Amino acid sequence: MNFPILSVITFLPFVAAAIMLLMPADRKTEVRGVALAAAAFDLLLSGWMYMQYLLGGLTGYQFIEQYDWLPALGISLKFGVDGMSAPLVLLTGIVMFTGVLISWGDYDEKHHLSAGIQDRPREFFSFLFLLAGGVFGVFASLDLFMLFFFYEIAVFPMYLLIAIWGWVKTREYAAMKLTLYLFIGSVVALVGALAMYWTQYQNTGILSFDMLQMEKAGFSQAFQYIWFLPVFLGFAVLGGIWPFHNWSPDGHVAAPTAVSMFHAGVLMKLGAFAALRVGVMLLPKGADYWSDLIMFFAAVAVVYGAYIAFVQPDLKYMIGFSSVSHMGLVMLGVSTLNYNGLLGAGVQMFSHGVMTALFFAITGMIYDRSHTRQIPELGGMAKIMPFATIGFIIGGLVSMGMPGFSGFVAEFPIFMGVWGSQWLVAVIASISIIITAAYIMRNIRQVFFSPMPEALAEHHITDVTVLDKVAITTLCLFMIGVGMFPSMMVPMIETGVQNILRLLGGA
Amino acid sequence: MDFLNTHLLSLILFLPTIAALIMLFLPGGETKLLRWFAFGSSLVPFILTLVLWNGFNPGQPGFQFEEVYPWYEALHSSLHLGVDGISLSMVLLTTLLTPLAILASFSVTDRVKPYMMLFLFLETGMLGVFMSLDLLIFFVFWEIGLVPMYFLINQWGSANRNYASLKFMIYTMGGSLGLLLAIQMLGVYFQSYDLQYIVQQWNSQPADAVLMGMSIYTVKKIAFWAFVIAFAIKVPVWPFHTWLPDAHTEAPTAGSMLLAGVLLKLGAYGFLRLVLPLYPVEAKMFAGALAFLAVAAIIFGAFGSFGQTDFKRLVAYSSVNHMGFVVLGIAAAAVAAGTNEAHIAMNGAVLQMFNHGLSAAGMFFLVGVIYERTHTRNLEEFGGLFPLVPVYGGILIFMSMASLGLPGLNGFVSEFMVVRGAFPVLKVYTAVSMLGLLFTGAYILKGIMKVLHGPINEHWSHGEHKLTEINTREILVALPLMALILVIGLWPAWLVGVINETVARLF
Repeated sequence: MNFPILSVITFLPFVAAAIMLLMPADRKTEVRGVALAAAAFDLLLSGWMYMQYLLGGLTGYQFIEQYDWLPALGISLKFGVDGMSAPLVLLTGIVMFTGVLISWGDYDEKHHLSAGIQDRPREFFSFLFLLAGGVFGVFASLDLFMLFFFYEIAVFPMYLLIAIWGWVKTREYAAMKLTLYLFIGSVVALVGALAMYWTQYQNTGILSFDMLQMEKAGFSQAFQYIWFLPVFLGFAVLGGIWPFHNWSPDGHVAAPTAVSMFHAGVLMKLGAFAALRVGVMLLPKGADYWSDLIMFFAAVAVVYGAYIAFVQPDLKYMIGFSSVSHMGLVMLGVSTLNYNGLLGAGVQMFSHGVMTALFFAITGMIYDRSHTRQIPELGGMAKIMPFATIGFIIGGLVSMGMPGFSGFVAEFPIFMGVWGSQWLVAVIASISIIITAAYIMRNIRQVFFSPMPEALAEHHITDVTVLDKVAITTLCLFMIGVGMFPSMMVPMIETGVQNILRLLGGA
Repeated sequence: MDFLNTHLLSLILFLPTIAALIMLFLPGGETKLLRWFAFGSSLVPFILTLVLWNGFNPGQPGFQFEEVYPWYEALHSSLHLGVDGISLSMVLLTTLLTPLAILASFSVTDRVKPYMMLFLFLETGMLGVFMSLDLLIFFVFWEIGLVPMYFLINQWGSANRNYASLKFMIYTMGGSLGLLLAIQMLGVYFQSYDLQYIVQQWNSQPADAVLMGMSIYTVKKIAFWAFVIAFAIKVPVWPFHTWLPDAHTEAPTAGSMLLAGVLLKLGAYGFLRLVLPLYPVEAKMFAGALAFLAVAAIIFGAFGSFGQTDFKRLVAYSSVNHMGFVVLGIAAAAVAAGTNEAHIAMNGAVLQMFNHGLSAAGMFFLVGVIYERTHTRNLEEFGGLFPLVPVYGGILIFMSMASLGLPGLNGFVSEFMVVRGAFPVLKVYTAVSMLGLLFTGAYILKGIMKVLHGPINEHWSHGEHKLTEINTREILVALPLMALILVIGLWPAWLVGVINETVARLF
């Protein structure tokens, strides 16, 4: 029996959350210390797991663990990662670590500065870690029931995190909207999953939620046609697919910084990943049948999201809608169902996760100091926080798909994939690149380089803290690394794509 | 030595980037150190280029000093570098102008470190375009060069820099969109991005091949225009030139030097390296249209230049005028492909690229020199400055004459060759373009007259505004340019010899 690395990665956040809850509430620094240590350790573990997969030249599902959970119903706790999910586990580790770093905060009564989380950090970090554990669980699960289990665990703390620590003006509304949207989506998907479970039993006499088993269940064509859409779209709601995206920018805006990072960086990937793993991989014929519709939704999201982002005056809404646009690219890649498209979708999930986490982190740093997110009210940040400026610029370049950064490595194959199936969609979707470049450049100029408005100058804005800089550096290094050396990630995702193509080949 | 010979191109290409990264760790306050470090590290690629030039064998067909490194294996793209006569001369131009531009910007005092770093990054971006033999890598460098230029204009430019930099960025990225899509289409179709392979395969497609439901004939025509528009914007060809006067005028002096000296050549190089080899039939078919646009650029560029009251804008429009001859040469070569006329015209075009690089960089530099002293570029505010600054005046007249095409200086040789090659095949266009040459004389003389001659503007002759003479450092910037201008004018064979062998084989 090897070291059960996936269950350690998954359950460590839960254990850390429990430890923190047992600590006295006023020991804020100690609580933060525990959170940081746990997050750093989880990042190291997931990095180690990633490197083993990559350097070992591994293929297929690895690090498999299986424990009985409810054998009577065929439910077991089965973990394992393939080339698609291993980068996402790493991504979760990165976002968790940087999320804790930037929530640590900086408190200065004289200047009314309260960056990071000052209010009840113990509860905040505990809920954040529940969320992180749920996310790890989804990415690592090979059991459909467990996937749902962790999925709901991940969604629930979001509600509390937004409703308690969120932006005062919209947090109740946004938390409610987000949770309801996601629950409706997952309930629909759950019905689909039960249908699969039951049909599998009828077909083969096996009672099991094991997804590797379900791949061989021999679902009939009609069954796949009927159930693909509910399952795929049910999960894709969390991926922010148009026209079910509108919970997402509201949620982003209302959430506290670290939660926005999780939300856009990881949670949206959860939706896309589950839609891929459950929808496409278990119901390949359905995917084939409905791919044009998904492609249409995705293409609309790509262009429409970019356009809405272009007209947003609120920095966080801008990033929120740009996430809709970028996640649209993921869905676009998935909908091509070919090698290039899926490859690009895999890279884009990672790339967008890191990029958007960075964006939200820096936006949070600015907001904590300036108390405004209105782009026209901001200005002159470059002089005060040069480090954050460079980080934002790098994020912007990734966002516009500039070569040399991870965004290009992701978007290029996606568009190639679209060329391979519907070339007109590639032409239309490419418009988003220009729109994105325009709003990113315009906002960088306004927020960082324009002269600082007088109202803002009274706020005694200070530079970001050392921990913030560590977080920014970590995120930037991953984006540049993957951009310059695609072989850091692509060969791995390739093996995941081969696996999906093998299933689709049977369609 | 062996390492040097086998890695010469990658050394030239990446040394500036490495230097820039080292600069990151130098103290930001030590401006002197930063300047000399940047200057010194940009001299190294120049020296290596001389080694390259020395080792280059013009008689050998194909590309030399080839290097291949895996880059994005999943998409079959590799970092494939190599030079032939055309790209070698452009590499020489780039590595020569970059140290001069850095030397010219020793007077910059605002944020020296990022400024110098951006120049070094820019050098890598430009060199990459000239060296790459892989379409994807070509595109990577093509786009990546935009970023440093954008920030150079946006941060160190003059009053209207925001508008100009965004226009530059969006215009060029918008133009590249078609290029991006066309490159992807080729990549999907051929499962490779290797330039030589694609050129060979693309031209040997059967005439009845069907691509994306259309005949290959139609697809090629569309893709041809996608390429042409991207490169035409960069050159720029009338009517896509409107970004250029703004960008040039607002850019800092050294930025304008490289923008005019090298960046415009990227577009023309794209025509030579990609458009003509990939689309010989379409190029011939649409050569008339190209020639028309070229002649329009020559004439309207000259008129536009003549109408300016801003010295820098005058020089900027002159670039449109001069690059028109490059495009005219390319159009002629497309019509007459394979004949002696084509070779002459193409030799002229490449030489004109080189020459315009020298003289435009020189002119922009001289505009910068006087702007630094007077803080105005308005031609009406100068006048009669020759007695005050005789040395500057002499250099300005020399550069202007090179730009005008005075026999004995470089511009004459290349323009004569273009016209000589184009006349037999595009008689009317060439004849009309000669009219443009007449106006070239007019605007250049206007520039000289307004600045140097006429009644002396007392404002500059005494008191606190007394104009100071060009200093030694500035002379050192101008001197190599002047020497090369003269040498090429008197004895062009050393350069044409290298270009001609390649041109004769390719076109």
